[in-house]
Amino acid sequence: MLFKILDKGPFRSLVEIILESNEIIAPKKIGTKATGEPIHQFLPINSFEEMDLDYRTTEYSAKTYFLPYRENLCTFDFDAEDWEQEISYRIQPRAIVGLRAHDINALVKLDKVLTRDRFPSPYYISRRKNTFVVGFEHIPLEDEFSQSMATDIVTHGFDLFLTDLGDRYFVAVDSDRAFNLLNRVEVREVTDDDTNDYKEVRRRVLEGFKTHINVANLPNLLDLEFTSEVWKKWGEKCLSCGSCAMVCPTCYCYGVQEEVAMDFTKATKVRQLYSCNLLDFAEVAGGHNFRPDKETRLKYRYYHQHRGFMEGFGEPLCVGCNRCGRVCLAGINPAAVINDLYEENL
Amino acid sequence: MCALRHAYDVRQESEMVQRLDFNNKLGLKPVAEVFKAEITNVIRLTQMEKLFHLRIIDDKDRERFSFLPGQFVMIEVPGYGEAPISISSSTSNKGFIELCIRKAGTVTNALHRARRGAKVGIRGPFGTYFPMQRMKGHSILLIAGGLGLAPLRAAIYYATENRSEFKDVHILYGAKNPGQLLFDYQYEAWRRIDDVNMEIIVDEADDSWTGPVGVITQLLEGVEIDPNETYAIVCGPPVMFKFVCRRLSKAGVPMDRMFVSLERRMHCGMGKCCRCNVGSTFTCTDGPVFDYWSVINLKEAI
Repeated sequence: MLFKILDKGPFRSLVEIILESNEIIAPKKIGTKATGEPIHQFLPINSFEEMDLDYRTTEYSAKTYFLPYRENLCTFDFDAEDWEQEISYRIQPRAIVGLRAHDINALVKLDKVLTRDRFPSPYYISRRKNTFVVGFEHIPLEDEFSQSMATDIVTHGFDLFLTDLGDRYFVAVDSDRAFNLLNRVEVREVTDDDTNDYKEVRRRVLEGFKTHINVANLPNLLDLEFTSEVWKKWGEKCLSCGSCAMVCPTCYCYGVQEEVAMDFTKATKVRQLYSCNLLDFAEVAGGHNFRPDKETRLKYRYYHQHRGFMEGFGEPLCVGCNRCGRVCLAGINPAAVINDLYEENL
Repeated sequence: MCALRHAYDVRQESEMVQRLDFNNKLGLKPVAEVFKAEITNVIRLTQMEKLFHLRIIDDKDRERFSFLPGQFVMIEVPGYGEAPISISSSTSNKGFIELCIRKAGTVTNALHRARRGAKVGIRGPFGTYFPMQRMKGHSILLIAGGLGLAPLRAAIYYATENRSEFKDVHILYGAKNPGQLLFDYQYEAWRRIDDVNMEIIVDEADDSWTGPVGVITQLLEGVEIDPNETYAIVCGPPVMFKFVCRRLSKAGVPMDRMFVSLERRMHCGMGKCCRCNVGSTFTCTDGPVFDYWSVINLKEAI
């Protein structure tokens, strides 16, 4: 990895250079909660000031810019007895600034499914390769457990990754386009002082993790606890609303439906992200539902994340951001559920 | 000049400009693209099922389209959507494919209203297949319950067209009542093939029915099974293949020599949408054909 030092003034110039000709998505304050905490969301910004890099978290991940909640896969144009299919991909370059390490690792996991596994998705590849990713180190929130999921450190999957050293940024450079862009502003080489300051920040980051889950032997434990009362306990709380999957940076399950234009001249095939907690997720033709119970659906969400993905890709799908835990109206969070499973086995 | 770099256009990738081939799972391709196909024939089978003959319109695509028994396609009715359907025809027929479709949801109802000449889309073939090559030199039991005859028919064609490659060939079929028997016009043709044993049983007989009445496992009583020499393909609802496979297991047939085909409501066919996902297994890419050992280890499959 190539490291550089970027002062805060040149960082602003860098953002403005990108903004001249490209869209930038960044954390933006969109409101305030009843508790007084600000609400942030990844949204397009028009100026450097609109971006709030001191954000705590975003309710929604930035997934939608790579795997949109709704995406048109193709259209069918009707003509008398015949039709023509048209397919287009989003190819405009843009930048995302302010992603956390776990959010970048979420993209790296999605890359495995959508760019390298069987039937790679040109829709995702097109968006991913056209997005310039600028990540930021952060002191974890109390409920984040990305250290347990080994997603608190980024090694690839981004263009620039910045660590705030107070008056300057310690920058990891991971692509030639990032290198070229950096050369358009003032950068310095890394000194021993910079490295020491960086290590100090990393130490504070590691100390910041207050929530831990035990993932050793978890896939095996999930098999053993398939009929555990733990699923009933948490399943009874679940409202089957699907919010967890919507805010999750890695949930990629979807459904496909077609929408016909009002004048019947064309139909659009739309992919819409779905949630395995929704009632009809596993319903088949004729009405049989393989997962009619909410506890079964909740269980399978954990199975896919911590058992199935592990078997397929050698790592869990969850990155430990706990967005699902924060958004859950029923108070279900992965750390509590998984720790419960372990206690069953004491 | 764009600060980031020029837009990356995925359509320019060399793999994307090649002819569409779903048999190449690892290659980058326009995954939503369909082969346009014409419905050349519609055959009424029962009140609920029709057989559709489809011909891919483009000559080159039609020549390149190949599948194996047990694989499925996603059939697209523009404006209505897509549904996963097993291919029911012979793999040696390069001209067209046949899909046996029950009226069950939006897409299949639209198809049942479609007439000869209508144009639909096909993506595929997808999924695993019955390993007919591995069965060579052995006796084979081809067992179907209800709509299970649809995927099994491709295997029956393989067995009857290559009769000399197998020892005994038994076709056992069970349906709820005589009115629900599929492909009834073909039984006589299959029976007449030298040394093919075909037996049919129904749950509820009507006045015209002269054959046996009961469940499909009863037909197995009359079949002599050499467990070391036998492969079985069992297609039907989970409750049916569970009893049949248990019965065969008891007779000593190894579980990895029995094959079943699972059904799920897939939205992509490519291991992406997760709608057919069971743990780490995707019915669309790891299946729909599984050996029985894999199926009993798949929670929720039966």
